[in-house]
Amino acid sequence: MTDTAQAPGHSATKRSLIDVLELDIRLLGMLVAFFAIAVIFTIWTGGTFLIPRNIFNITVQTVPVAIMACGMVFVIVSRHIDLSVGSMLAMCSAVMAMMQAYWLPSLLGLEYGNPLILILTILIGLGAGTLMGAATGWLVGYQGIPSFIVTLGGLFIWRNVNWFTTNGQSVSLTDPNLLMFGGTEGVLGAPVSYALGVAASVVAVLVILAARKNKVGHGFTVKPMWAETAMMAVIVAAIMMFVTWLSRYPIPPSKLRRMFEARGETVPEGYTAMHGLPISVLILILVAVVMTVVARKTRFGRYIFAAGGNPDAAELSGINTRLLNVKIFALMGFLCGLAALIAQARLQSHGNDIGMLEELRVIAAAVIGGTALSGGVGTIYGAVLGALIMQSLQSGMAMVGVDTPFQNIIVGLVLIIAVWVDIIYRKRMGITK
Amino acid sequence: MNRNGQTPLVEMKDVSISFGGIKAVDHVSIDLYPGEVVGLLGHNGAGKSTLIKILSGAYQMDAGEIRINGKKATIENPRDARAHNIETIYQTLALADNLDAASNLFLGRELVKNGLVDDAKMEAETRKIMGRLNPNFKKFNVPVSALSGGQRQSVAIARAVYFNARILIMDEPTAALGPHETQMVAELISELKAQGLGIFLIEHDIHNVMKLCDRASVMKNGELVGTVNVDEVTDDDILGMIILGKKPAHLAA
Repeated sequence: MTDTAQAPGHSATKRSLIDVLELDIRLLGMLVAFFAIAVIFTIWTGGTFLIPRNIFNITVQTVPVAIMACGMVFVIVSRHIDLSVGSMLAMCSAVMAMMQAYWLPSLLGLEYGNPLILILTILIGLGAGTLMGAATGWLVGYQGIPSFIVTLGGLFIWRNVNWFTTNGQSVSLTDPNLLMFGGTEGVLGAPVSYALGVAASVVAVLVILAARKNKVGHGFTVKPMWAETAMMAVIVAAIMMFVTWLSRYPIPPSKLRRMFEARGETVPEGYTAMHGLPISVLILILVAVVMTVVARKTRFGRYIFAAGGNPDAAELSGINTRLLNVKIFALMGFLCGLAALIAQARLQSHGNDIGMLEELRVIAAAVIGGTALSGGVGTIYGAVLGALIMQSLQSGMAMVGVDTPFQNIIVGLVLIIAVWVDIIYRKRMGITK
Repeated sequence: MNRNGQTPLVEMKDVSISFGGIKAVDHVSIDLYPGEVVGLLGHNGAGKSTLIKILSGAYQMDAGEIRINGKKATIENPRDARAHNIETIYQTLALADNLDAASNLFLGRELVKNGLVDDAKMEAETRKIMGRLNPNFKKFNVPVSALSGGQRQSVAIARAVYFNARILIMDEPTAALGPHETQMVAELISELKAQGLGIFLIEHDIHNVMKLCDRASVMKNGELVGTVNVDEVTDDDILGMIILGKKPAHLAA
C-alpha cells in the first residue's frame, strides 16, 4: 500500500489542505482563538504578556481547572453533569489539610516533613475524592436520580462538610513536602525540563509512526508522508517551545539564597537557576495523556461515548451502564482530589472557600473545548485548551487593568460565543451532532 | 413439539410479563428450530416486540420458562442473551450515532490488543463482513449518523451476523428500506437459514411473511392466537388471525 492514494490533481475530488492533514476543525478554531488572545494581550501589554514568568503563572493557574475539566469531559459526554466538583475539591482539600497538619502527626506521632505524611495525605485525599464521586455515580446509575440533582445536592453538602471538617478555619500547609505540587515551589529546573521535552518529542513521533504502520499493515490509506512529517514537526516544535519558555524563567536570587541556606550552604558567585517545568504542569500533562488514551483506546472510554451517543444502544449491547456511571463519577472525584492537592499547595493553605465556583469554570472549559452537552462528543485536549483560553483571557485582562467584574462578564460572553460559533459551524457543515 | 427428532433452538413456554397491571404478554408459548424462520405477527401493541425483548434480555419475564437447545436458560440482560448466541436487530437499530461502523459492530465486544482496543483490526474485520453484506458500503471512518437508512441497517445486520449467531431476532428489518435493499435482506435471510440459523422475524407485510417464513405465530392483545405452517394457509387466513384473533376454521383443532 502506498502513501499517496490520492486522486490526481485535476480530479473534482481534490482534497483541501485541511483534509490532507486530517486536521480537526474545532481544534484549529480553538488554537486560532488562543493565539489571537495571546497576540492581542502581547501587543496591549507591550510584550509583558509573553514573558516567561507570565506564561509560567498562567500555566500553573490553569492546572486545577484543566485537570477537573478532563474528568468533566467524560461526565458530559455520557450525558451527565457534575455541579459538585468545586465542593468536592474543597472537601478533598480539607481532608488533606487536616491530615498533614493534625491527624497524621498526632495519631501516628509523625514529625512534620516525614515523607510518610506526604504519601498518606495524598492517598487519603485522592481516596476521599474517589469515594465521593463513586457515591454520586451510585445514586445516578443505580438509583436513577438525575445527575443534575445529585450533584447540586453535593455542591451544598460537600462545601459544608468541608466547613465542619476544619471548623470553618483556614489550615496552613505545615508539611513542607506538600508545597512542591503548587508551582513555583516545585519545579524541575532547566536541564531536566529539556530532557523531558526531548523524551516527550521522541515518544510523540514514535506513537504517530506506530499508528501509521498499523494502518498501512491493514491496507488502509494514510495521509502522505510530507503531511505526517509536518504534523510531527509542529508537535515537536510546540513541545520544545513550551519547555524552553518555562526554562527561561529564573528563580529570584533571594529565593536561591534561602534554598541554599536551608542546606547550610551559600550561593556560589554568579550562580543562577531556572524554574523549568513545574511538577503540577507535569501532572496535568500526564492526566491529559492518560485520559486521552482512556477515551480513545480503552473499552471504558468507548462505552462512555457509546452511552452518550445512544444510552439504549449501549444497554442493549450488553454494556453495564449502571456500573459505567459509577466509574465515570468516581474518576471525576479522583481528579477533584488531584486538583485539590495542587490548588492548596499553590495557595499554601486550605481556605474555606477553596474551589468556590470552580464547577462553573470546569464546565465552561469543557464546553469551550467542544464538549457537547447533548452528549457523545468531546475531547480531552479541547477541555485543556478551553481551560487555558479562559485563564489566558483572565490573566491578560488583569494585566491590562480590567476590573474583576468585567473579567467575569467577558469570560461569560466568551463561553456563549464559543458555543454559538460551534452551532453555526455545525449547521453550515450539516453535522447534526 | 419435536419436529423430525430435532431439539428446538428456542422454546418459550407460558411466558408472561406485565407493565403496571397491563399484561403485555400473557402465557405465550412459541418455539424455533434450526434452519427455520418463524414470523411474529399482530397489530401494534399485540406484544410481539415485548416477547422478543424478553428473549434478547432487554426485559425480564414475570413468569414462564425459556429453553435454549433443550436446556433451561436464564436471560437477565443482553449479555446473557449474547452468551447464548442470540443476536437481535432492533427496529430502532440500536446504533450509537456518534461512533463509526466498526465501533458499533464491535460495541460491547471490542477486539483488544495489549489492553487497548484494536481499531485497525476492527475496521479490517468490518470491511470484510460489509464486503459480503453490502459491497457498496464505503463510509468506514464517519459516525453512523452520516449514513443513509439502508447503510445503517446493514451495520446493524452485520453486527448480528458477525458473531456467529445461532438464533437471530429481526424486528421489522425492512420497514425503513427501499425495494432493492429489501431484496438484499430477503436474500440474506435465505442464506442464514441455509446455514442452520433459527430466525424470529417480526414483520407487518403479509407478502413478506408468506415469502420468507416457514411458520407464523400471530399475537393479539398479549395472547398467542396460534401458530400455523405458512404453506397450509392463505394471506387471508393470516389476516383473519390478526384481525379476528381466531385460527382459520380448517386448522382449528
